[in-house]
Amino acid sequence: MDYDVLIIGGGIVGCAIARELTRYQLRVALCEKEVEVGFGATKANSGIIHGGHHAAPDTLKGRLEWEGNQLWDALAQELHFGFRRVGELTVALHAEQLPALDKLLHHAAIKGVPGVELWSPERIRRAEPALSPAIIAAVYAPTTGVVNPYEACYALAESAVRNGLALLTGFPVERLHRYNDGWEVITPSVRLTSRYLINAAGLYADEIAGLAGVRTFTIQPRKGEEYLLDKRLQGLVKHVIFPCPSPVSKGILIIPTYDGTLMVGPTAEDTPDRADLRTSTHGAQTVFAAVGQLVAGISDKDVIAQFAGLRAPASGEDFIIGPTAQPGFLNAAGIQSPGLTAAPAIARLMVELLRQEGLTLTPRDDFVATLPRPVHFATMSTQEQIALTLRDPRYRRIVCRCEYVTEGEVLDAIARGAATLDGIKFRTRAGMGRCQGGFCTVRCMELLARAGGMALTDVTKRGPGSWLVRTRDAQKEEP
Amino acid sequence: MITAAPRHLRASYDVVIVGGGPAGLEAAVAAQAGGATHVLVVDREAEAGGILLQCIHSGFGLHRFGAELTGPEYAQRALAQALEHDIDIVTDAYVLDIDAQNRVKLMTTTEGVSLVDARAVVLAMGARERTRAAIRIPGTRPAGVFTAGLAQRLVNLYGVLPGRRAVILGSGDIGLIMARRLTLEGVEVAGVFEIMPHANGLNRNIVQCLHDFDIPLHLSTTIVEIHGARRVNKVTVAPVDAALQPCLDRAWEAPCDTVLVSIGLIPENELSQQMRLRLDPVTRGPVVTSAMECSRNGVFACGNVVHIHDIVDFVSSEAALAGFSAGQFVTGALPPPDNVRLLPGENVAYCVPHTIATEREHTVYLRARRLLDAPTLRLVDGAGAIVYEKRLRYVFPAEMVNLKLRPAILQHFHGDVLRVELVRHTDPRDESTQGEAAP
Repeated sequence: MDYDVLIIGGGIVGCAIARELTRYQLRVALCEKEVEVGFGATKANSGIIHGGHHAAPDTLKGRLEWEGNQLWDALAQELHFGFRRVGELTVALHAEQLPALDKLLHHAAIKGVPGVELWSPERIRRAEPALSPAIIAAVYAPTTGVVNPYEACYALAESAVRNGLALLTGFPVERLHRYNDGWEVITPSVRLTSRYLINAAGLYADEIAGLAGVRTFTIQPRKGEEYLLDKRLQGLVKHVIFPCPSPVSKGILIIPTYDGTLMVGPTAEDTPDRADLRTSTHGAQTVFAAVGQLVAGISDKDVIAQFAGLRAPASGEDFIIGPTAQPGFLNAAGIQSPGLTAAPAIARLMVELLRQEGLTLTPRDDFVATLPRPVHFATMSTQEQIALTLRDPRYRRIVCRCEYVTEGEVLDAIARGAATLDGIKFRTRAGMGRCQGGFCTVRCMELLARAGGMALTDVTKRGPGSWLVRTRDAQKEEP
Repeated sequence: MITAAPRHLRASYDVVIVGGGPAGLEAAVAAQAGGATHVLVVDREAEAGGILLQCIHSGFGLHRFGAELTGPEYAQRALAQALEHDIDIVTDAYVLDIDAQNRVKLMTTTEGVSLVDARAVVLAMGARERTRAAIRIPGTRPAGVFTAGLAQRLVNLYGVLPGRRAVILGSGDIGLIMARRLTLEGVEVAGVFEIMPHANGLNRNIVQCLHDFDIPLHLSTTIVEIHGARRVNKVTVAPVDAALQPCLDRAWEAPCDTVLVSIGLIPENELSQQMRLRLDPVTRGPVVTSAMECSRNGVFACGNVVHIHDIVDFVSSEAALAGFSAGQFVTGALPPPDNVRLLPGENVAYCVPHTIATEREHTVYLRARRLLDAPTLRLVDGAGAIVYEKRLRYVFPAEMVNLKLRPAILQHFHGDVLRVELVRHTDPRDESTQGEAAP
């Protein structure tokens, strides 16, 4: 066997599991179909670490939401990604919504989530003066946080790789076969064997399960559109603002993201198409109509970027985590909200389940929990910037003028796994600002090309098919 | 091409100029003429010259040099002049901040982050392009959506093409120029889509870049959706009604692998905002006096960072004024403050400068809100009395209007506010047509 455990899917769940497994003396691999981790549902995630009181305590989601919530401080400290507990308010506009607030308080009491309380309109006004005066009550939770989801995913993957994970990006799994007492994994370029397989394939988890002969669930993609707002609106709200939840979603939120920019969304719309990442006029209308009920002063004129992501809920709506009828094939599927929050707890649960399935877990004494802290020029003091640039000439050139990203930071991102323009963007913020890449695109393309020994025509936005430029020779064969 | 070698920076300069495009280079030379000795130009690119370096087409310099130059030729003249005057030019560098004492936080490849004292500062950062996000085109986010200027950079400076079959959204000048450029490079340009009922670029560009190459210009039409999972594969296009709302029942699809967005420029004022300068909400550039001084003493601005110019010749003359003033400021010779505020009135989107002095001569730049044939340009005082009027042939938003204001014009005016108006010419015998002009 090549590996003891092979994880299929490099989203936040797969990467969290991979990192947890590298604490033990195991040979672990992760197959991701995209050229970088976190390029599926993870990168479009709203980036909220839920307070712990949203999902019902008698569901797996409900249990792992609160368990996961409590693990994020330590993770952020070890891995240096952006995470902050900003707190949340779930607000009620009508008396009929008050039972929903009671339910949240009840969940908090059962799970032991501390500090969750009912706020009066006066208290709400004091804390969030921009909120609509029509709000009659709110449940406050201090435990809610915001995180850069892709940063967390990259950091988990990098930590795992540093501790021995074989990270195989650009390896779509095509077929699975039983092989001795384990599995054979066929990808277009390579055949791998592993004693255990973990299905963390997100939107495609039902297809991967199907390849293993497990047909117990289906994934019903549910689209969410998100709208990022201009910096001008920073600080308009300080907490994550939730409306009262509906049966299919937590509703349309106002999110003060980790970077400070406000984001509004997501919509919730079932779609048959697993590649449907279109934003729509209808989606924008839905979002801004809903947001308009909660706060005045936000309009679609403030949008600086928009995107859509697909949630991966399974039939039955709860997480599907654990062994299947196929020996050695375990699911981590149907991971929808609060999946990001729960991911670290899912990883721990998965390790425990593997132990129960017969995997010997011997802790390693050379596991390194921490990552080197990435350089973040823009947030340094002038004195720190002077010291940094004096020490290291790589940081002496500004590549992204909107976010003040230096060439050294882009080179660091490439060294730490960025293989595409989007990979650089999500790691460094180059291209995320007001000019949306007008200035830095060519520079980042050049740096990627140079680092990879490629031509500019080989650089992509996010992997095969997303080419950026062509040669002047129209006859030349191109990918 | 002459390029400026990086040299050892002084700890202090009389004038530091942010941006080494045509505005910054011109301002530098003028600053010396105004009295400054040590002048530093900071440019973020490897070579000074600004965006002109990627504008390899001709048509620059007709006013200033009486010759039809290419962008790099125009830039070269400005650069050569600056080097003759022994201006320090540092390239591949960046001004990160300027504090209230005009201490410039500078990033250079030779010294890293350092602080340089300036007695005066000239902001000449130019403009950036509006992006797809600014108009929220729904759809996917595939590779292949570029601003026209980025595509121009790729083609002209890097020798690569943005794709094989392009559509262009917006009829701004850069988009029109790129329609021609791409066609010459063998890229098929399937069409230019403009949401307004009229083109946005200069007429000569419509003729020379579209008509001459049989590239269709679809007015009152816009892109309503971009398709393609990884790379653009088509766009949905629809005509718009009078309220600019797309008529989706008349939409059609245009296959393409590239979308160029050419929907205008925005003055690059991140630094000005950091410095808390007063900005004009219409131009989105700093509010300036007739000396091109911003709301903070000793800080001047010129070129596209103040307002978007149609042609570089006017950028140069505005920059000469700003630079000269900065030099005067350093030697304490800046003329007395302005005494009149200029306010945009009827059919005037903005005017620059924002204040003038009645005793001096000024060039006032203004932009009309809409097309008017044979309008009257009027200056109106606070009480509504006409101080000055002048017939123009036509006004059009895409073409800046230059107004020469001489002291003689204002010799009988003693107020402190002048409103600038562009009104339909009226026959004094027909009272009913006075007032608001019809759209």
